[in-house]
Amino acid sequence: MLAAVDWHVIGQRIFHPDHVFARALYTTVYIAVIAQVMGVLLGLVAALMRSSKLWPLRLLSGIYVLIFRGTPLLVQIFFIYYGANLLLGFTLIPNSLNLGLFSLDGAVVAGILALGVNEGAYMREIIRAGIDSIDRGQMEAAKSLGMRYGLAMRRIVLPQAARVIVPPLGNEFNNMLKTTSLVFTIGVYEMFADAEIHYSNTFQPVEYFLAVAFWYLVLTGVWGVIQAWIERRLGVSERGEELSFRERLAAAWTPVNAWARGAR
Amino acid sequence: MSSAAPVLGDVVMRATDVHKSFGKLHVLKGVSLEVRQRETVCIIGPSGSGKTTFIRCVNHLEKVDSGRIEVNGHLIGYREREDGRLVEDSERNIARQRTQVCMVFQRFNLFPHKTALENVTEAPIHVLGVPKQRAAEEANALLARVGLGDKCDTYPGKLSGGQQQRVAIARALAMKPALMLFDEPTSALDPEVIGEVLTVMEELAHEGMTMIVVTHEMGFAREAADRVVMMDDGGIIEAGPPEHFFEAPEHERTKQFLSKIL
Repeated sequence: MLAAVDWHVIGQRIFHPDHVFARALYTTVYIAVIAQVMGVLLGLVAALMRSSKLWPLRLLSGIYVLIFRGTPLLVQIFFIYYGANLLLGFTLIPNSLNLGLFSLDGAVVAGILALGVNEGAYMREIIRAGIDSIDRGQMEAAKSLGMRYGLAMRRIVLPQAARVIVPPLGNEFNNMLKTTSLVFTIGVYEMFADAEIHYSNTFQPVEYFLAVAFWYLVLTGVWGVIQAWIERRLGVSERGEELSFRERLAAAWTPVNAWARGAR
Repeated sequence: MSSAAPVLGDVVMRATDVHKSFGKLHVLKGVSLEVRQRETVCIIGPSGSGKTTFIRCVNHLEKVDSGRIEVNGHLIGYREREDGRLVEDSERNIARQRTQVCMVFQRFNLFPHKTALENVTEAPIHVLGVPKQRAAEEANALLARVGLGDKCDTYPGKLSGGQQQRVAIARALAMKPALMLFDEPTSALDPEVIGEVLTVMEELAHEGMTMIVVTHEMGFAREAADRVVMMDDGGIIEAGPPEHFFEAPEHERTKQFLSKIL
């Protein structure tokens, strides 16, 4: 059975990726990064709105989460790409967006927008949980020292909440790196689209999808290391005993470790 | 040494007929109190008598339902409309008022992600706009004053309860407040470290800081208070200098309370 697999192709795709693929990988990464940043910002705004004194803001925040967590991401991607301009009556999704340094295809813009807005709904819950985990006394202490809400949030509450938020945020970004593959459906040439096109030209699904799976693993693996480093940086203060970088790294590779320990 | 008798100045805090309810629970039923400059007032009384709620109203951590609280002649938390009705003040003004009235909490509420020094410099730098260098120098001096000159770079998590509370006192002092509020500052402490916090507070009282202290520490009240106020069931039932209070309390409820606690 395995003899039917063209190992040479897999080797080529993994060890000698061509420029087109490099470009597709780059597209995957920047879509994921921009969408995640957007998601965090939207999530933060929505989280703060949720605890606002003004009920319309709370309601808006609730509706946002209801809709974007309650409908499939794929539907949202299609809706935004094909429907947004028609619905709004103005050009939300341009044919191409020129940002000086580089220009974005309209499909990419729609993809980022859909992924970002969808992510924001999940991030709201994560950020909310982070803020709620901080003792109310922290906000009171900050206020009793004359700090206003915004300053107290920025300097006192959010930095502490970040330690609670970052681990699940890391998970979200891991997810995001892989979920970007959905935007191939609206014609964005990212890693999965590249694999899919090679497959339809060659009918060698195993080779191309295995190779692209490997590259997704590389991206999420690299991110795992970065995440471990960030979590270590955030854990430096108050904790009594400090985990070393190696221990954090080990924690990031828990699945692998568990296997290794079991094998021994 | 008997209680200090510094020359009292003008009225710093004036509360007039303050009422406060939490839902159906009527917690403050018309509290009126004046505190003068350099005066130390200890508020004692059984749990649930409204002591803590009252001082939380003084820096507007709780809203009052009616009555008024003034600090240095400025209404706290509210502004007066032309028709005489009170409406809640803007967040900016409330924040500004709070720089004058600093609170020391039962559970310290230090910022755990900042060192002792950063805890003290945080508000002076970011609220008052004091230059970093000067804020750090002042914070160093304040931490030395509360006996923690060697703990500047230590995070709260590595300090004992008594040390944390002393950092909290330094943090409040850094704002150079006109009035300091202490909300049962030793209630969350182990018995062996209560003394170190009370010593710092006694020094403050003798140096002429204006303080309102909600406490169960009768020794402190006797030693440092200029006036002791007994609260029960949402009102002040008796007030007077500590000698009077501990030797010849008038009110039956006060006698009961003191006999239980002393």
